[in-house]
Amino acid sequence: MGDRFVSRGFVGRRPDSGGDTASRIPPGQYLTDDFPVLSAGPTPRIPLDTWEFTIDGLVSQPVRWSWAEFQALPAREWTVDISCVTKWTKLDTRWRGVSIDDLLAAADLDPRAQFLVAHSYGGYTTNLPLGEALNGQAFVAYEYGGAPLEPAHGGPARLVVPHLYLWKSAKWVRGLHLVERDEPGFWESLGYHNRGDPWREERYSGD
Amino acid sequence: MPPEPLVWQIATVSAIRGETERASSFTLSLPAWRPHRAGQHYDVRLTAADGYQAQRSYSIASPPAHTGVVDLTIERIPDGEVSPYFHDVLEVGDLVEVRGPIGGYFVWEPALGGPLLLVAGGSGVVPLMAMIRQRAAAGDTTPTTLLYSARDVDDLIYRDELDALAGDGLRVLPTLTRAHPPGWTGYARRVDEPMLAEVLAALGPDPLVYACGPTLLVETVAAGLVNLGVPPDRVRTERFGPSN
Repeated sequence: MGDRFVSRGFVGRRPDSGGDTASRIPPGQYLTDDFPVLSAGPTPRIPLDTWEFTIDGLVSQPVRWSWAEFQALPAREWTVDISCVTKWTKLDTRWRGVSIDDLLAAADLDPRAQFLVAHSYGGYTTNLPLGEALNGQAFVAYEYGGAPLEPAHGGPARLVVPHLYLWKSAKWVRGLHLVERDEPGFWESLGYHNRGDPWREERYSGD
Repeated sequence: MPPEPLVWQIATVSAIRGETERASSFTLSLPAWRPHRAGQHYDVRLTAADGYQAQRSYSIASPPAHTGVVDLTIERIPDGEVSPYFHDVLEVGDLVEVRGPIGGYFVWEPALGGPLLLVAGGSGVVPLMAMIRQRAAAGDTTPTTLLYSARDVDDLIYRDELDALAGDGLRVLPTLTRAHPPGWTGYARRVDEPMLAEVLAALGPDPLVYACGPTLLVETVAAGLVNLGVPPDRVRTERFGPSN
């Protein structure tokens, strides 16, 4: 405690005690009931009849799904807490989509594949070690709160990696590219942390 | 090549200037100032006596030519946690913990050229003002239009300075959404596609666009400009609900 800086006269507004709410909010985050929209450019509008999702790179069998084919993949629901590096956290968000495990299983990974780069309509990219994406940790969602995912929130489909800051959950995702060596994505190349774990406050490069 | 971490530092509030009824500019003197790019922001961290902390991000209003200090213009959000502290508690001479500058995409400098279309909603004008101030400080003549949506004329942040800077290729076009004074000849409605079309026609093709403000405004602007033929990769956005 001794040397810690204290802001004169700051009391703060704690989350309501009771339940486990406070313990679910990572350091430096505040709770919101809204679903703020943050993105670097215009919202792409992708007609479902031209939408497609591909898996390529270090796979023995590149895969491409149309919207109808993607809808036919085994889907499940997730209820997860999400945190944006802009400081808001939202609890118990409900999604429906396909796990990365199920998607990659269709492509037969080359054993050299260690990382994936998610590519989006509009040009956005973000990178993940496979170890952060497998075992049910990440999924491609096309429903939010029981309704089709809105374009502003990444629809028709977005990657969701709930245990990392939300810039890893690429909106408008169109494919996963498997690589042997890590390739920093859009924000990871612009000063944001390469991993982005909210519980370690990995916001910016060097955190 | 591990990047240099953005370390927290203790800044001193060296000036506070009221801009509008709800927005004030706080000049922070930084012991470890780094040059920033117009459009970047700082993170602010407040710590209570028991260790509870709150963080928010605030855009830099000052140009990088002002060394050693940054101005953060902050709107007071009535039910907010951090902005009321700035407005109601902080005084000149107080200390505040910050780190930055942060952000590498929503940035402009004269080398990026133009023509430049800046579209602001409310306090979304702050990072755009840093761009306008840098343009002026550098003697740059990039054709620039600021389309600035506010509730009424008293809600226009930096109004006098914008009036003074207009000319030399800078057009300032306020649009007032709730009330306007008698004889007002400017826009008096929410930004819409016909308004964007008029602004584009006067500015020239393929502008570099920076839009900052509430989500609804930014969505309207970004979608509208793409509809009007501006390449999506020329449109950079920063969207927020109020940063409370």
